[in-house]
Amino acid sequence: MAAVATGLSAPLGLLAELTHRCPLACPYCSNPLALENKAGELDTGVWTRVFREAAALGVLQVHLSGGEPAARRDLVEITAAAREAGLYTNLITSAIGLDETRLARLQAAGLDHVQVSIQDVDPESADRIGGYPGGHARKLAFARQVVAAGLALTVNAVIHRANIDRVAALVEMACALGAGRVEVAHTQYYGWALRNRDALMPTREQVFQAMADVERIRPRYEGRMVIDLVVPDYYARRPKPCMGGWARRSLNVTPSGRVLPCHAAETIPGLEFWSVRDRSLADIWVNAPAFQAFRGTEWMREPCRSCDRREIDFGGCRCQALAVAGDAAATDPACDLSPHHARMLALAEAASAGDAPADYAYRGRGR
Amino acid sequence: MPEAGGVPVPERPRLAPGVRLHFDKTRGAWVLLSPERVIEAEGPAHEIIQRCDGTRTVGQIVDELATLFTADRAVIAADVTEMLSELVAKRLLVS
Repeated sequence: MAAVATGLSAPLGLLAELTHRCPLACPYCSNPLALENKAGELDTGVWTRVFREAAALGVLQVHLSGGEPAARRDLVEITAAAREAGLYTNLITSAIGLDETRLARLQAAGLDHVQVSIQDVDPESADRIGGYPGGHARKLAFARQVVAAGLALTVNAVIHRANIDRVAALVEMACALGAGRVEVAHTQYYGWALRNRDALMPTREQVFQAMADVERIRPRYEGRMVIDLVVPDYYARRPKPCMGGWARRSLNVTPSGRVLPCHAAETIPGLEFWSVRDRSLADIWVNAPAFQAFRGTEWMREPCRSCDRREIDFGGCRCQALAVAGDAAATDPACDLSPHHARMLALAEAASAGDAPADYAYRGRGR
Repeated sequence: MPEAGGVPVPERPRLAPGVRLHFDKTRGAWVLLSPERVIEAEGPAHEIIQRCDGTRTVGQIVDELATLFTADRAVIAADVTEMLSELVAKRLLVS
């Protein structure tokens, strides 16, 4: 309620990164290069308090994520705590570590929705991307169990050079599995994905073809399955409204309890993050220096400051501004009004010029 | 099946799996929650959505709302059908 009282909007969503542990090693992962370890993870009790505080603050949906959330032995208890707090609970999983029995327990705990990642339509390629032999078959089996249990399923397909030519087939696979929604998520280059940019980046032609393919097949799924797009920044003209605006709609809690305005915010040097171990979520939402840093439009410089889109895209992504323009307070170079826009496009074109399949720096498995 | 805008409305509509109607105390508003989406159920929308329970027919829902709002049945029928059709297109409602 504190946020409302001060005139701030209340957050709608909470991304709960329950752990950074994951059996998969996807090179497109946007987790930080320095992954947190098990010993530092919040326990069930603290997560329960965080969910109650989040609901009181106005949060409606919690996304149980990671890493692989199923790596937590107390996932069922955590899910029940989120639901008891009144939150819509969305489990974002690789499916590894889950089976019919555990799914039934999650459903009984009140789980509202399951999102399963699929790496490709071709099993061999999918397992190579995930770095986990046999993973693809297990994902498909689990996705079918989710639907058979009467739970809502979203299939998330992260798109990059190794699978971009099969976007339409990925959408069809999601529909055949019984998904009510598919996310065609062009890779966002943060964390491990940024490290693997040269191996992941598709060409501009591939991206435009893939976008056209999705629009061509979209009518086919109307009323059966929602197709959501995460747009490819590097070939865009205007930036995405990242997070719906910094510290405006959502919060992210890391496995150890640090609260971030977005999951890549720790890449920005000089930001002070507060922890749920020390403070209430409401206090953090309103007062944490990291949340205040780029909230609203006061921090903006030109060309954002006087732009009529400043409250539409909020200057785009701060982490991308840092990664590409070298300055977190700059206009997101995805915007063609940014002086760094041409360089961003050149980076993409240079990165995409390599031969596929390229070698990956697998997440969590060294360089 | 009643139709509007080309999307057929099921005979006995119910919320799709993963979709929940929720009263948001912080904002004092009814909302439809679904994966990655929060849609405000404005005005009388929640009265319609609450009745989409898989047992009532569209006709029954219209009857109940016409009584609730003491309004002309034909007007209510058009509004309800339009809203249900939109919800079906967004896959928030199924048969």
